[in-house]
Formats: sequence, structure tokens, C-alpha cells
Amino acid sequence: MFLARVYVTLKPAVNDPQGLTVIGGLHSLGYETVEDVRIGKYLEIRVAADALTQAESEVTGMCDRLLANPVIEDYRFTLEQVE
Amino acid sequence: MKPRVLILRTAGTNCDAETDMAFQFAGADTALVHIQHLISDKVNLADYQILAIPGGFSYGDDIAAGILLAVEMKHKLTNALNRFVEDGKLIIGICNGFQVLVRTGLLPGNDTSEMTQRATLAMNTSAKFECRWVDLETQESLCVFTKGVKAQVYLPVAHAEGRFTAPANVLSELEANHQVVFRYAESRYPNNPNGSDSNIAGICDATGKIFGLMPHPERFLTKWNHPRWTRLVKTQDTCSEEGDGLVIFKNAVNYVKANLL
Repeated sequence: MFLARVYVTLKPAVNDPQGLTVIGGLHSLGYETVEDVRIGKYLEIRVAADALTQAESEVTGMCDRLLANPVIEDYRFTLEQVE
Repeated sequence: MKPRVLILRTAGTNCDAETDMAFQFAGADTALVHIQHLISDKVNLADYQILAIPGGFSYGDDIAAGILLAVEMKHKLTNALNRFVEDGKLIIGICNGFQVLVRTGLLPGNDTSEMTQRATLAMNTSAKFECRWVDLETQESLCVFTKGVKAQVYLPVAHAEGRFTAPANVLSELEANHQVVFRYAESRYPNNPNGSDSNIAGICDATGKIFGLMPHPERFLTKWNHPRWTRLVKTQDTCSEEGDGLVIFKNAVNYVKANLL
């Protein structure tokens, strides 16, 4: 069993209106040190694969086909063997 | 025989009744069909000439607007959908339906038969749900749904993820192939309610038979749908009985009568 931690983020050039709204909110609270915020998604997926390579290939497929939007998003993930 | 329209429903669809009424007003026979009935072959897509994917929040827009319904259509209705397109039948996606068509790759489409996503509808630049009436400019396009539509139309939008965006080469291709069908009449917010690239509000595929748009033509079928109709009837010499959206559905029905029946 593997635990995949998947991070889906907007590509650097894509405008992130929600991130900009959060910057405004943080500045309103006095956090003037905040220069940038980018919002993404975080998913934890348990994969009943026998080998790391199999888990890697399956999670890549999941990201390409469903979890990330290929036009505006990038993704990365880590895999950890769990009970 | 009247043209037959299948209005696709699933969990979270919520503009199906209006879309059904629009096609009935336009003179079609309609059926509201849940996607599971297509997947289980209880209903055959081939029995219809128009497929309408209405607005709403299919599957709660989880992950992203329209993606789960798009995946379901692509992978569970592959053959039926491919055949429907190959037979030159019509598909319209409104709002969430447009998001679904873009995520399946049916829009903007390309020269290969494989459905690959090439554009997207991202979060509005205002970072919030936009619900307002907007002026749209009708473009010279291949779209069979908008033949004879007046140069400027007024329709409501209601969406959070409506910012049409695509890589520069795809945008150039859309312009060169006359696939841009509607643009927001002004580039500034709120008249362009979402910050779409090139003010794009609706596009068609290269054949003009698959059409998607963020505004809701099914919400402006009669003058009584207009937000200021009581004032218009008092101040204007002529107040059209017909809303700006109805002609889109009539065009589809007329196209089917002339070419597919």
C-alpha cells in the first residue's frame, strides 16, 4: 500500500484570482510581509499497488486524466509506503 | 417528424427544465435523460439529432467545473458520442455544459479524432460567482446555431469558472477558423464578467455543429424573461415578443429539419 500526496498548482503564468483575494485578506490583517499567494489543491490517495513503480505510474495517470487541468495546472506528488 | 433533442441530466444539473422548454418552443421533441440511462443502454443516443448539455453544477463541480461529467462521457459513452459527432449531429453545451465540452476536448476540437483538451474555463478574474446580464457581440462564424442572430444580443451569465483561456496557438487557430461565436461586447469588468481571453463567450468546433457558450440563451426565450421588460414595453415602440436566446434553439431545430431528417 502506498500513500500518494498530490499537489496540483496553477502554472506560473496563469492568473490566480483567488490567490490575489487572499493576499488582500492577509494584508488587511496586517501581514504586510506577504508578497504572493498561489492557491492549489492537495490530495491524499491510498493506492493498493505492489511496487513503487506501479504506484507511480498509476498516480501519474490519475493526475493526467482527472486531477490536474493540463491547460492551466501542474502537479507533483510524493509516495510513501504505508500499512 | 420533429427533430429529437436529448437533454442530458446528471447529479447537479439544474438548467435542464429551461433548456427543455427552449427546445420545445423551437418546435422539437425533447427528452430529459439521465446519463446512467445512456450508459446502461436504456436510451440510445443515436435516436436523437441534438444533444444538449445544460447548465448547473454537475457532480458539485468537484475537482473542477464539468470535469467529472466530461470524464464519464469520454470513457463510458465513447462509441455513442463518436458516432453522434461523425453523423454530423448537433451538440450544444451551455455554461456547465460548455465546461464539459471543453474538458472532453470536443471543443474547440482539432483535426484528429482523439478527444484532447486544448482550452479551459478558469476561475473568473473577480474570484467570485458572477450572475448578471451582459451584451454579447455575434461573430461571423461557422456555427449553425447562430445563423441570422442579430449583431448584439443580451443574455444572462451565472458562473464562477467562465474565463475562457487557451494557449496562444489555439486562440490563433480559433480566430483563423472563425470558431469564435460570441464575444462579450466590452473587455472591461463587469461587462466581460470573467476576464476571458479575447473576450470569448462562446465557441464552436471546426464544423460549426458543436457549440458551447457561458451565457444562458435558455433564460431569455420571451420578453417576460428580460430583467427590465416592464419598462421596455412602456418606453420602446417595439418590444420583441421573442427573447434573444430563442433563435439559437430554432436554428438548431431548423438545421436538423433541413439536413438530418
